[in-house]
Amino acid sequence: MIETLLGNLDTLLVVLFALCALVGAALMLVLRQPMRVALALISTMVFLGGIYGLLGVHFIAAFQVLIYVGAVMVFMVYVIMLLEVREHEGVRYSKLLLPGIAGFVLLVGALVISVWRSLPPTAAAKGGAAGSAYGISNFSITFLNDYWLHFELTSVLLVAAVVAALAVIKVSRGPRHG
Amino acid sequence: MDRTQLLLGLAVALFGLGLLGVIVRRNVLVMLMCMELMLNGVILSLVTFAQQTATTVGAVLVFLIFVVATAEIALAIPIVLLLVRDKRTLDLDAYTDLKG
Repeated sequence: MIETLLGNLDTLLVVLFALCALVGAALMLVLRQPMRVALALISTMVFLGGIYGLLGVHFIAAFQVLIYVGAVMVFMVYVIMLLEVREHEGVRYSKLLLPGIAGFVLLVGALVISVWRSLPPTAAAKGGAAGSAYGISNFSITFLNDYWLHFELTSVLLVAAVVAALAVIKVSRGPRHG
Repeated sequence: MDRTQLLLGLAVALFGLGLLGVIVRRNVLVMLMCMELMLNGVILSLVTFAQQTATTVGAVLVFLIFVVATAEIALAIPIVLLLVRDKRTLDLDAYTDLKG
């Protein structure tokens, strides 16, 4: 009994993390305060990082925690604290609530059914063994040998984003100061 | 039901929940976070498919997507800041004059 449980521990943990991520995502729609929504999103991202780690892609899990939780969501939380705009009591959802829910059910149902039918059930049998090809040394060698141009392009993109953010702030200040 | 189907179902559910949040919520910051949730769902499906090929190409693509998502949020947050500074509210209905 316990040996079977330990043998399937990976799958059990993946299911557990998937459920937790789903609960976090559902909480994002229900909670009212933006800060709580941000915390729910952070927990969802951390659970997704756990799933990546269980799949064997450890550095993607590290990226998920470092870049998403560490950079993007800290930025978001900082902005929420900076703005400190209270949401008015009363309406939380827009008028599209019922059509939105109907569309959500239809979309997710159609996609899940198509995924269910199109994939052979044994497709993931080799998926677990594929994790060894995802070591950080393999990734680094391939990345810096074959994809150095893309790596440089990302740095150009980040510089462009910084310049654009500065320009957005600058443009808004222009008319007020003359 | 095996692991690939489970993860793809989770990716679809995350994407759908994010899309539903963008549609039904009225808070601009919450809508932005729901878009991040959609992106996370898509990345999960990409990782699931990339893992089946056992090559590093998918991982490189995931890394590039992370960088693009960071750049996107670095641009989106100042725009939201400006909107809120202008209107003093996060409610979407105040921004109807953006329709042009």
